[in-house]
Order: sequence, then C-alpha cells, then structure tokens
Amino acid sequence: MIIKKNIALSDTGFVFNPSTGDSFSVNPIGLEILKMLKENKPEEEIKKHLLGKYATDRDTVEKDYYDFTKMLEQVKLTDTDGKEKD
Amino acid sequence: MKKLQYERPLIQRLNAGLMNKFGMRTEYTPLTHIDDVSVVKLLEDFGSPLFAISERTIRQTYREATRAFKTRYPKVQFAWSYKTNYINAVCNVFHQEGSWGEVVSGFEYQKAINNGVPGNKVIFNGPDKTDEELKMAVRNNSPIHIDHLDELYRLTEIAEELKLRPRVAIRVNMDTGIYPIWDRFGFNYENGQAWDAINKIILTDKLELVGLHCHIGTFMLSPSAYGIAASKISDLALGIRKKYKRNIEYIDMGGGFASKNTLKGSYLQGVDANPNFDQFAEAICAAILNSGFGTDELPLLILETGRALIDEAGYLLGTVISNKRLSDGRRATILDFGVNVMFTSFWYDHKISPAQEFSNYTEDCVLYGPLCMNIDVIRENVTLPPLKKDDHVVVHNVGAYNMTQWMQFISLRPAVVMIDMEHQPHLIRKRETLSSIESSEVKPDYLAKFKL
Repeated sequence: MIIKKNIALSDTGFVFNPSTGDSFSVNPIGLEILKMLKENKPEEEIKKHLLGKYATDRDTVEKDYYDFTKMLEQVKLTDTDGKEKD
Repeated sequence: MKKLQYERPLIQRLNAGLMNKFGMRTEYTPLTHIDDVSVVKLLEDFGSPLFAISERTIRQTYREATRAFKTRYPKVQFAWSYKTNYINAVCNVFHQEGSWGEVVSGFEYQKAINNGVPGNKVIFNGPDKTDEELKMAVRNNSPIHIDHLDELYRLTEIAEELKLRPRVAIRVNMDTGIYPIWDRFGFNYENGQAWDAINKIILTDKLELVGLHCHIGTFMLSPSAYGIAASKISDLALGIRKKYKRNIEYIDMGGGFASKNTLKGSYLQGVDANPNFDQFAEAICAAILNSGFGTDELPLLILETGRALIDEAGYLLGTVISNKRLSDGRRATILDFGVNVMFTSFWYDHKISPAQEFSNYTEDCVLYGPLCMNIDVIRENVTLPPLKKDDHVVVHNVGAYNMTQWMQFISLRPAVVMIDMEHQPHLIRKRETLSSIESSEVKPDYLAKFKL
C-alpha cells in the first residue's frame, strides 16, 4: 500500500489531504501505521513492530491492520487506487 | 520491557459543520463501577449480559418523588406500578418505602398479594379482569378501578352474589391537550360517559364509589397536561359532592411521568429536557388545591408512576462480540444483548458507556445486538471509543419495562442482580436455561422419534 506523497501528517495525529481539502484525525497507533506506510515499510514489518510494542496478539493486529488500511483506501489517502506496490 | 496498552488504529474524517448546535454526544467516560461494585466483577460472577439494579437509586428516586408531592399536598400515597418492573425484590423495595401496589392483571394482583401487600392496598386496574379475579379482589377489599360498562355490570352482579360491597373507582379519560387522547381506557369526561358511570354506581347502590382515576398517557413531557387532568377529575369529585352529598376518598392521577431517557429524534438530551418530579407535582397539586375542596375534605392523592421511579436504577451490562465495517464505511459493533432483552431501544437513544478506560479517540458506530434479525439495532449512531472483542459496555436507564417486556427469543433472558445499600450484589432473577423454557412444552409421543 502506498500513501499519497502530498499527504501531511502532524505529530499530534492531524492528517491533511491538500488535493481534496479533507482533514482527518488518527489515534496514536493509527499515526504510527500511517507514518510507517509513508516510509514505504512493508506490511509484515509494521505488524511485527506493533506486536513487539503493544500488548496484543497477531489475530487482532491482522484484523485491525486490514480494517485500517481499507479505511485509508476508502477516504482516498492511498495512491494508485490503493493497489499494492508489488 | 512492559508492553503498552493496545488500541485499535482509527481514522476519523473531520467535518466542518455539525448536525446541530450541540454537536454529537461522545460517550467515552467509562462506567467501571455501579454503586462501588466493579462492572467486570459483576459480569464475571453472574455472566454476560446482565441487568443490574441499584437499590440505592430506587430509594433515592422514590424519596425525591414523594418529597416533591408531600411538600405541596397534605395526603399523598404512591402505588407501585407492577407492570413497569415486577421482579419481587424490586417491588418490595418500593413496598418498604411505603408504596401500595398497582396491578393490571390477575397475575400481577397475585404477585402483589404474595409479596405481602394487604389486599386493601392493591389497586386493581386494567380492562381485563376475570370473574375469579374480581371476586378475589372484592373479598380482599381491594380498590377496583372500573374500565368499561361491561365490567361495571358484572361487578354489580358479583357484589350481589357475594353479598359484599366492592370499593370501586372509575377510570376517566379526557382531553388534556395531549394527542392522541388515551380514550380507549375508562369513561370519557367530555361526552358524559364518566357521569353516566358515576350515576349508575351511586343509584344502583351495590358498589362503594371511593375514588376517581385517570392516566393520561405515557412518557409525558408536559406537566401542564396533568394540571388540566387534575382540574377535570376534581370537577367530577366536587360534582359528586354537590349532587349526591358524598365525598370521594381519593383521586388517582395514574402515572406516565417521563424518565431521564432521550426519546428517538429528540433535539435535547432527556436529562436536560424532560420535566422533573417537582414540575409534575406543582401542576397536579396546584390544580387540586385550587379546585374548590375545603381543607378538611381534600381527597387522598394517589400516584402510580412507574417509569420515572425505576428507569435510572437499572443498568444493562454486556460484552462486545465483534466489530465489522459496513459497506458505507461505518463501524458496526455487535453486542451480546439485543432488542429481545432491551425492548426500550425501539423508543430511546439509550446512553451507553464503555466499562473500561480508553483514550479520548472515538469513532461513530452503529450498535447491533446478537439476533439474526435486521431489526436488532441498539443504537443507530453513537460515538464511542474503539471497542474491541470482549470489552464491556453499560447501558443506562433501563429499569423500566425491559424486565417485563423482554422476550425469550433466539437467546435466553439474562440474570438480574440488585446491588444493596451496602454495595453487595444479590441475584434477584436467575438466568434462564433451556430447561426453564422447555419445561412448559409438551411433545406428543408420536413426534418423539425421527430418522434423517
């Protein structure tokens, strides 16, 4: 998944899409994922990072990561219509 | 290294311009304890879902209501409306506080008697009273509120058969400016039906007319309607004194006071917008006091309010089964209780709180129950923290009607606990089991076996 290059992320979780004028808020974990996606980190690395840092399990992370990235597609923050890079 | 607390990642679009000037209500303040008892512990001990009733809130609310009336009128009596919540432990808290019983069926009547309420303090209302039930009430000297002429005639016959003089009131319906008028119950004031019934009772001289009763509606948001009703009932009582030289012992203004719940479609929250006991009391008491009774002949004022006395004492505790995303992007959370046990979700936007701490990040969602039915919606739209599977929630203000109108449908009805004044929970109704349902079924022998 590729996040549009012009999307602005603030450290407090404010997300701005300058091409549409839409703004969003994300919670701290959402911000972490968004930042890692912007850095083109692969999905497995992001999940591994979450599992190492937070008290949760793989099933929950799988489910929530899928849901969150689908939401990013839905609100049009992804590039190439949300198609995977590879 | 200790791992950090996990919270589901969220993204929420920021909208300029909200639905109304008060914005959306956000429910992220958790309710972790009810009367100092842990919600999580209650669910561990008694299972999920679970109704919890605060005895302390019942008593406080009852005292608030009686104070509102007794500071304005010299003779006041409350009668607990059994149909609102007839779990015996709940009824007995009201009876301990001094409430009589008000029942609308033989089943409820028997419950009140079994609870120890003296027969002459059980008010028997409702349109459906069988001969046997009427005879039992007559023998117990219970005030019987007559709903229709067929009942009046039958009760007159029963009085002759038993050689007893039943104590009766008539239920009167009237135009109080509230529509639709509840004219299906009792005798109409404006068209003369009420006077016709009064004349028949007094002139046949078989029944003792002791009271006049009205009940103008339910979840009433206008205290002034009660003022109009009290004026019209007082006018009837004074008319009886003038015409027959008889004083009416009591005026029963029924119930229908709104609780603090928020009706669907309401602009303001119920807790802010709905009238309080003082407003209802002021309307009713002022109307009776100003109607023309002498100070020594004021009738006893009976109130049968149910909903406003018990709603706030009841909580429904439940657990998240799953989360999913709907096709339009909305978050849907599935809970382990549905409309089958929370009937009032059809009328109210119930306040729902998480039972554990969250950050201040929230998400709009729809709350569904567990039934495999499309109508099973607890809240169409509510803003809640990111609940996850096995998290707990608490629904507020569910004490009225849910524990009497609940259905055994698809799943079994939950247990009910009461938290006493010393913060101890007591099981007051057991969780249903398969055998509690099947014990009433009879399977013919020829249907016992089959081959598949």
